[in-house]
Amino acid sequence: MSLQVENLSVYYQTLKGDVRALEGATFTLADGEIMGLAGESGCGKTTFGKSLILLTPPMKYVEGHVLLDGEALPIWDTERMNPFRFKEVSIIPQYAMSALNPTRKIGKMISELLESRGVSYKTTRPELKRRLELVELSHDVLNMYPIELSGGMKQRMVMVLSTLLNPSLLIADEITSALDVSTQKAVAKMLVEFRDRQFVKSIIFITHDMSILYQIADSIMVMYAGKLAERASTAAIINAPRHPYTKLLISSLPEVGVKYAEKKLTGIPGKPPLLLDPPTGCRFKDRCPVAFEKCLEEPPFLEVEQSHFVACWREFEEYA
Amino acid sequence: MLKLDDISKVYKVGTFGGQELHAVSNISFDVGDGEVVSLIGESGSGKSTIGKMILRLIPISSGAIIFNGVDVSTLKGSKLKDYYRNVQGVFQDPFSSFNPIFKADRTFSILRDEFFSEISSPDWQNKVNSSLEAVGLNPDQVLNKFPHQLSGGQLQRLLIARALLLDVQFLVADEVISMLDASTRIDVLNLLADLKTRGLSILFITHDLSLGYYISEKAVILYQGCVAEMGATEKIYNNSLHPYTKMLMAAVPRLDKKWEEAAVEVDLKAKGSEFTGGCVYYARCPLPAKDESCARDRPPLLEIEHNHFVACSKL
Repeated sequence: MSLQVENLSVYYQTLKGDVRALEGATFTLADGEIMGLAGESGCGKTTFGKSLILLTPPMKYVEGHVLLDGEALPIWDTERMNPFRFKEVSIIPQYAMSALNPTRKIGKMISELLESRGVSYKTTRPELKRRLELVELSHDVLNMYPIELSGGMKQRMVMVLSTLLNPSLLIADEITSALDVSTQKAVAKMLVEFRDRQFVKSIIFITHDMSILYQIADSIMVMYAGKLAERASTAAIINAPRHPYTKLLISSLPEVGVKYAEKKLTGIPGKPPLLLDPPTGCRFKDRCPVAFEKCLEEPPFLEVEQSHFVACWREFEEYA
Repeated sequence: MLKLDDISKVYKVGTFGGQELHAVSNISFDVGDGEVVSLIGESGSGKSTIGKMILRLIPISSGAIIFNGVDVSTLKGSKLKDYYRNVQGVFQDPFSSFNPIFKADRTFSILRDEFFSEISSPDWQNKVNSSLEAVGLNPDQVLNKFPHQLSGGQLQRLLIARALLLDVQFLVADEVISMLDASTRIDVLNLLADLKTRGLSILFITHDLSLGYYISEKAVILYQGCVAEMGATEKIYNNSLHPYTKMLMAAVPRLDKKWEEAAVEVDLKAKGSEFTGGCVYYARCPLPAKDESCARDRPPLLEIEHNHFVACSKL
């Protein structure tokens, strides 16, 4: 088991009270697995990614444990996380385009970053160059300023940089969302290649785009309003989803070959609840087409089939 | 309804403006009544530039935009105001389309001061309410609110409602869906498609091919300011002929087909190559038949079959 997360809850502190952005997340991630984390904006997927690497105020650790390769990650303590960050856990942030220091040449920036972690730039340089070739960037970029690179090039640069020390876990937060379809495909395939070459052991790929997860992820976890809704293999989520939210989400995706005039798609009516004061019971019940009395109680996140977890009363045997 | 006749946009770049950047080169197509045309291209293909030229936000370098028989670039004063009664735009980022220190419905009162000063208050209120209902918003929920109190989908629909208050005949929708969430984007898309039945023509600018297919009758594929392929949507999608279109189609993430099954590979290296005067796709083109004539001469847009035009000389 590469990553084990148990009952993790992270809130945001605000003047009005705690925003319960992530509650009771429990799951495991295997070695070599690419897990897609999907959901609407504000469902807590980025909060989850950030809490595994840099949990700073207004984020507040509430409870839960995170084990990476059998070792407990002290995620509540930013100081004690230092030895893990970049070496064991690394992130490609959501706005990788602006993650590079604009006042430094890229090579200089990388060398400063490595020295700050006590790693020699000189000995890492050959490997860095090999990886640049792998993502089809020329070695010249090391002597360039970030402004000289296009968005897709910066994205690939940050990808190489984040994985340079072969971290065990990589969090890729919306890395393809700002890219063109053709660049998107190239970047996503490079990420898979990084896993195949074991630069990183496992990847959490955060996105709102289900169709890209179908292309690259081994498994998908769907979140709704700070809670885990469903987790299963990619094929199971796409072809046989069990949570009503996942079903609606997938059926609302426009695809090449679907036309308005022939088949009108529908969205999900309503909007997600505010997490400052979330409703009791299932958080999806107000938008759910199959909600019933039992939904006033909170559904547990249970394994209903071999490695298929779902949090919906309708899917549990005694209520089916 | 709207006809683009050989329009180009050239920017002067470089230290003393000595170099030229061809953002849009010699594009012609037309949009009929109640027709949705999607303009598809990657970033830098000139798709937003075309939208802005139609809205007269930037001047055109050459060519003409004809709206109902009138050359748009000659309009001035009250004629121009009449043009804006008929032609409106909605843009990508709904959050930055509103002034955050004023309430969101101020956008309606500005419109009233400008265009409808003769209408009485109750009449105006009715007009606003019916337009909000037309876009599927509940007036009580959205009026008298600040932009940060509303969701992206609501703000985007407010902007469409604003356009509907004028008797708009032509809407430029520039990436209106891309900032919205999966569960709400389809509602906004359906709304645009419903408006079509009211006789509205839409220029739907997008980089997402599946959205373009869902809503439009006609598609125009742009590459570096030139039309690569255009025609009826089904023909473009099911029988793509230009190598660029083929590559784009193969790159779209789909739920029924993995990327491995597509034979076309993405080549990143040559992207953004320089303007040589020949085919703009020359540097990236994978066709074995390409030769010097491709690098030298711009391929003309030829009608391969009925309502299907391709700009490639090696078919």
